[in-house]
Amino acid sequence: MAQKIMIEGLFKVFGPHPQNAIELFRQGHSKNEIMEKTRHQIGVADASFTVDEGEILVVMGLSGSGKSTLVRCINRLIDPTAGKVIVDGEDVTRLSVEGLRQFRLDHFGMVFQNFALFPHRTVLQNAVYGLEIKKVDPAERKERGMAALEQVGLAGWEDSYPAQLSGGMQQRVGLARALALDADIMLMDEAFSALDPLIRSDMQDELLALQDKVKKTIVFISHDLDEALKLGDRIILMKDGAIIQSGTAEEILTKPADDYVAKFVQDVDMAKVITAESVMLKPKAMAYYKTDGPKAALHKMKQSQISTIFVRKDKKLFGVVTADDCAMAAKRGDPTLEQILNTDIETVSLETPGVDIIPLLARLPYPLPVVDADHKLKGVIIKGSLLAGLSERGTD
Amino acid sequence: MTVYRIPIGDAIEAGIDFFVTHLSFATIAFSKFTTKGIAYLSEILMFLPPWAMILIFTGLAWFLSKKWGIGLFTLIGMSLIWNMQLWGPTMDTISLIIIATLLSVAIGIPLGIFSALSTTAYRIITPVLDVMQTMPAFVYLIPAIPFFGLGAVGAIFATVIFSVPPCIRLTCLGIQQVPREMVEAADAFGSSKAQKLFKVQLPIAKTTIMAGINQTIMLALSMVVIAAMIGAKGLGGEVWRAIQRLEAGRGFEAGIGIVIIAIILDRVMQQVAGGKKQQM
Repeated sequence: MAQKIMIEGLFKVFGPHPQNAIELFRQGHSKNEIMEKTRHQIGVADASFTVDEGEILVVMGLSGSGKSTLVRCINRLIDPTAGKVIVDGEDVTRLSVEGLRQFRLDHFGMVFQNFALFPHRTVLQNAVYGLEIKKVDPAERKERGMAALEQVGLAGWEDSYPAQLSGGMQQRVGLARALALDADIMLMDEAFSALDPLIRSDMQDELLALQDKVKKTIVFISHDLDEALKLGDRIILMKDGAIIQSGTAEEILTKPADDYVAKFVQDVDMAKVITAESVMLKPKAMAYYKTDGPKAALHKMKQSQISTIFVRKDKKLFGVVTADDCAMAAKRGDPTLEQILNTDIETVSLETPGVDIIPLLARLPYPLPVVDADHKLKGVIIKGSLLAGLSERGTD
Repeated sequence: MTVYRIPIGDAIEAGIDFFVTHLSFATIAFSKFTTKGIAYLSEILMFLPPWAMILIFTGLAWFLSKKWGIGLFTLIGMSLIWNMQLWGPTMDTISLIIIATLLSVAIGIPLGIFSALSTTAYRIITPVLDVMQTMPAFVYLIPAIPFFGLGAVGAIFATVIFSVPPCIRLTCLGIQQVPREMVEAADAFGSSKAQKLFKVQLPIAKTTIMAGINQTIMLALSMVVIAAMIGAKGLGGEVWRAIQRLEAGRGFEAGIGIVIIAIILDRVMQQVAGGKKQQM
């Protein structure tokens, strides 16, 4: 995938003589030491990373870790002290005032923690703000604004004022404002942090669904690890302005770079992170509906020492039979599995999280089949394998 | 032994003399502009008979405030003024207030914007405003005389100086109070400085700016009365004459007229400023 954003050696130091502070940092002094010595606050320290086109990168850290400063350096709401910010091959830090203005219009949509909607403008007028600045003609502006509002599920609200909307809806307007501009990069600064947990979770789901359609490059700032794990294709962890680890959710969970990260992730509910794919086992045996009769199925089960077997037809998962039923059918002399086949079975997809699997497993008398989009059996989950998956990190 | 006396007063007088001799083109222009303005405005206000004007004022007050109570008060109050035979002076006072307020707003809002956007301007303007607001109002009347002579123009000059600070201050405050995220949002979506100012900062600051204009009007009203001492006509002139002749009754009548005008202006302005707030 193409690299959309490339950040190299980015520093942001607050104070009149930032170069001294950078020098001290390079010599290995910590943020607090530099603060004591020079009264300079290090916002971002030597950050380098890339964001691929179409991916969601979550920048995570506690408050004061520099994540908000970092994201503001990307569109230069804050001017970085040193380093490069390259977007589509162009160094943003070298743009003129006018060039930067144009660049922001072309490339950056931004969503803010406290929504930052304009109270004197209607929902539609808020959504089209960027287009208005870009001097798009009014008819097209309205059309694109309405389309953006529709995308975020706010059709019919265009003439309301932000104050008349709930928090979740206000942030949808914020999202629509960024989408309407059709910029290729979305910078989302703690976009859902001000929402209550249920709405937040809904908004995360909607963002993911939306991202499937619009395929933006998203830099998402969050202090919430669960949110980072849910949204992020990759995650960057920051502390004291520096990046201490970057990688996929699983990498960060299973191989924390240091004690700080380990502590950060220790409270994660693994059931939410782990997916069906990572805990499923390869099915030991399978019966074929067209060729296997009860006797053959029973034989396969005995060989593999299992008490139920899944039945396949036309390369698709068709149903399940138990050993007891097979034995009875064999006695009766049934030629096929038709009589005893249970086709009404629960399945899960490869991406189903552990938290959804647990209740299913609890009530099923047979293992839980995992299927792909074509309903082909990819694996099975038994209680033991799920528990092993959940506890694996503890023994790592 | 004589102690050296720092010649502050002398310096100020020299400064005023300098302005009078070298800036006469400006004072003459200002003088012409305001004299004409006051003349036209008085003519307009006196063109219709009082009863017609009372109806117009009532309608205007009701329309602007959207409250029938304020309209009713205007109707009764203005009728009382007419009945007390203070109609002419009242119209003079109103035209002085209108001209002074227009000038104050024309000066105050740009200066307020300037001091909100530039730290240097803020550092210079704020202490000047502090001095302007603590200086006794009467003092402004003194330089007004050499600049413009006795009469309405000098009164307007002193009134503008006296009433402009809240307009500057609250415009500045209103813009500074626009939440940082909103300013960032305007920037993030590529706004130029002018776009940011006119599309975001000023509209959001509007309520505060209106409060500043309201204060400016109130201060203008009080100063227009004081300015009668240097020959401004109007209700203040009536009060001043009553003082000199020791006519308590006449003085109070004019005083009541001023109170009525003040209440009408204040209530209407509050509704104009607050009404917008409800929409937001």
